[in-house]
Amino acid sequence: MTPPLRVVGKPRRRVDGRAKVTGQTLFADDLSFPRMLYCRFLRSPHPHAKILSVDTRRAAGAPGVHAVLTGADFPIRYGILPVSQDEEPLCRDRVRMTGDPVAAVIATTESEASSAAELIEVEYELLQTIADPLEALATAEPRIHDYGDHGNVHKAVALEFGDVEQALAASDRIFDDFFFYEGNTHLALEQHASVALLDRDGKLCLHSSTQTPHYVHRALARALDLPPHRIRVIATPNGGGFGGKTDPFNHEIVVAKAAMLTGRPVKMTLTREEVFYCHRGRHPVLMHFRTGVNNDGSIMAMDLETLLDGGAYGSYGVASTFYTGALQTVTYHLPRYRFRGCRTFTNKPPCGPKRGHGTPQPRFGQEVQLDKIAVAIGKDPADLRLQQLAPAHSLTANWMQLGTVGLRECIEKVVDGSGWRSKWQKLPHGRGIGLACSSYLCGAGLPIYWNALPHSAVQLKLDRSGLVTLFCGATEVGQGSDDVLAGVVAEVLGVDPDDIKLVTGDTDLTPVDLGSYSSRVTLMAGNAAIQAAERARSILAAAVGAKLGIPEESLVFAESRVFDAADPGQGVSFQDAVILAETANGALATIGSYTPPPSAAKYKGGGVGPSPSYSYSAAVVEVEVDPSTGWLRVDRVWIAHDIGRALNPVLVRGQIEGGVYMALGEALMEESAMRRLPPRLSHALVHKMPSMLEYKSPTTLEMPDIVTYLVEDPEPNGPFGAKEVGQGPLLPIMPAVANAVFDAVGVRVDEVPITPEKILRAMKNSDRRVGPTKFPAIHWPETVHVPPPWEGGDGKATKDKAPKSNIPLAGAQTGVSVPQQAGVSVPQESRTCGTDTPVCAPSTPAEVVRK
Amino acid sequence: MRTVPLALRVNGEAVEVSIASHKTLLEVLREDLRLTGTKHGCELGECGACAVLLDGKPVLSCLVLALECDGAEVVTVEGLAHEARLDPLQEAFADYGATQCGYCTPGFLVTAKALLDEKPHATRGEISAALSGNLCRCTGYIQIFEAVEQAAAKIADAREDEVER
Repeated sequence: MTPPLRVVGKPRRRVDGRAKVTGQTLFADDLSFPRMLYCRFLRSPHPHAKILSVDTRRAAGAPGVHAVLTGADFPIRYGILPVSQDEEPLCRDRVRMTGDPVAAVIATTESEASSAAELIEVEYELLQTIADPLEALATAEPRIHDYGDHGNVHKAVALEFGDVEQALAASDRIFDDFFFYEGNTHLALEQHASVALLDRDGKLCLHSSTQTPHYVHRALARALDLPPHRIRVIATPNGGGFGGKTDPFNHEIVVAKAAMLTGRPVKMTLTREEVFYCHRGRHPVLMHFRTGVNNDGSIMAMDLETLLDGGAYGSYGVASTFYTGALQTVTYHLPRYRFRGCRTFTNKPPCGPKRGHGTPQPRFGQEVQLDKIAVAIGKDPADLRLQQLAPAHSLTANWMQLGTVGLRECIEKVVDGSGWRSKWQKLPHGRGIGLACSSYLCGAGLPIYWNALPHSAVQLKLDRSGLVTLFCGATEVGQGSDDVLAGVVAEVLGVDPDDIKLVTGDTDLTPVDLGSYSSRVTLMAGNAAIQAAERARSILAAAVGAKLGIPEESLVFAESRVFDAADPGQGVSFQDAVILAETANGALATIGSYTPPPSAAKYKGGGVGPSPSYSYSAAVVEVEVDPSTGWLRVDRVWIAHDIGRALNPVLVRGQIEGGVYMALGEALMEESAMRRLPPRLSHALVHKMPSMLEYKSPTTLEMPDIVTYLVEDPEPNGPFGAKEVGQGPLLPIMPAVANAVFDAVGVRVDEVPITPEKILRAMKNSDRRVGPTKFPAIHWPETVHVPPPWEGGDGKATKDKAPKSNIPLAGAQTGVSVPQQAGVSVPQESRTCGTDTPVCAPSTPAEVVRK
Repeated sequence: MRTVPLALRVNGEAVEVSIASHKTLLEVLREDLRLTGTKHGCELGECGACAVLLDGKPVLSCLVLALECDGAEVVTVEGLAHEARLDPLQEAFADYGATQCGYCTPGFLVTAKALLDEKPHATRGEISAALSGNLCRCTGYIQIFEAVEQAAAKIADAREDEVER
């Protein structure tokens, strides 16, 4: 018998909670070291120019200045993806966006560094600028980069799973829709900061607000040409990340170099304006959906084209491009699917991964188009979705391996909770209700750089004090990664989570975890921690069993004791168990690691999208629209999330509500808009709103009530059955708002953000719509043809276009069921255990649904 | 650089520092007094991360010239606890999910403290209005509202206990 869960599923204070409410959590800019110097950059005022000369002489002689660095000091490029090593710590010959750094001044104070930077003289030769993807497609020369597919196309991809044109032609109707999703940014409250110094052993040490210390470690080794073991990267707790701190950044490399040159600690903290230019936020994406539907609502095929505005650098852009097409298939069964995506370079801040990475844009288009389909064929949008959910434990058309699929329960919860059936198309003019669904990864199945190493690893040290110390490279960015690690280890070892000491995100001390991105930490680091903890428990059980003469399998680890299940009085304290085991075995340490299961997608491009598991969400949004002004107010949101199992329901609810909040910001107001300065001011492309004053984000006053439902159906690959929650719940909100606006006033805003101006404009337009009306002709690369599983494929590309075959049936029955992946064991009886108290919400408890 | 003397009471203790006259209260707290619990987020008085109590009222310390505070009483997040015992607001923020990354938390805590000092029975609407100058990108605010309500209830219970005694 497995004992009931004692930690997992119980609402409790996060293990880092106390430090955060006392001000003791030290963020990167809170660090200070004796003799510390400060670094400031001189940045380009031009969006695209050749650097003809840089004269630093006056700056070098200015008061307080210790060093001035330029691009000449950094001959090696770097970047997050091996295929996009296109960034320079300081630009050498060319600036590619306004804000690109050209020189760095290291001085005794920040203000001396800033003043001296103004004395640097740079001579530029201005180049033609490219402001958007259409200009990029039309401008072969000058190229912003000398790599990429061609001209200013960074990456274009074309994948087809079954003959889509044939299936479209055979469909009763084809829905042809265009959508545009504006870029927006993370706006983490903490501005990026880094402090580099030479450690006591003379090695380079960088403290930085990064979500990915391992990747920063690799980038430093490359850009500074140092052996990695001579570099230590410590990820400070991030004051919010949301994907904005997942790239290695130029300031991290420059302060490292400066510390090595001066022999003194060097700090750089970005201003808010600089953070806006660092960006790596949501890509603006133009989309074209053609979807074949039969009269009963069955989707027969989907053809999706996306065009991404990548900005000035590669960043994660190749992955982002694939992500705009990877997850359309994992929510609803698509018998045939074609995806073509293109990312262009433009002279703007580089886009990258923001919460949902590349998937919110096509999710918006897909879910709004489904709403249009439902209205057109006279079917309830909830029923339209329910009739063709992707089946659990099946392969999708693009060979994504699904695990559990809790989407049906999610839809049912929000439909029932919101009173959907009595409201949709029945509310008075000006009030409306909208529904949308989504899915997201629980960790990318493949690493950023190709290797067969574990994605996460955990070491546990137990000593005679009874203390358990956990070492893991995972990075706390506010999402609760520390709490996940402590919680699962506490569950296995029967101790209190607060009794576990955590050492995380330090490349000298902790085993590699790839970082806090792609919603991977709970599943991957969680599984690694469970493995290490189970190994420790075995060692302890053997020692205690031998001492007490009890079979190991009869021992229970709970309440900081190890005791006989049949006779709980027979046992020892956890500390005594460790002492017994240390006496018997010597020093105690265990390890655990996690590598995702191999992907079924064997085609080129199939590396983006596979995940050990997928989470699901459904949302209903109720809005009020003033028909005379277009003013839009979101009154209430009902959201259900398939969490697999909630490890700590307080944190799960926080992630869901935080995701809804961030999504409402995107849906209603946030946009990374750029503008051109007048020609007399160089025609520069600059940020329209590089401050928190002008970049509007929701305050307390804009937040509607949120009703949250947790759907729990333990996922075999998840730690104690858990799935991700950090990103998925953001995804359905934007389309649900758009669908609610249509329900309220009968207009379609096929763009994000959905502003009052657009609503009003749509109400005046004859087609009752605002949004793009065309997609440019793009020279697509040769299509990679991969037959879907139900058409006899093996996950590999075929030489020729898929042979003509019978049109496959729509609906769930065509999904190919496959055995569940072997994963970490999930206690089967645990479905009956866990939360029996409200989710720590005194006034609006989240409801927990168990299958 | 010429400096000028500044005398304050910070978290109940008298402090005297010699500062550059252009410094903001935020800079003096973080750089001269090493009280890094108070944060910066926008340099514009828009995000609320730098909120502290100045003579009991919440102010944005990035917009306050330190010299204007001579003789004033300043409370930062480091001064909220009662010796080793956390303030009910701190307890509630930690327990009810009102802190995620924790960066905005000090500003929210002192702002909520000022609210409850003035209105111990603040309604949800009053809490939302009082905190509307503080941005949080993690929580969606609802767990923050709930934590303030929980703290208010706990403070009220403690008062009743005292009255009964």
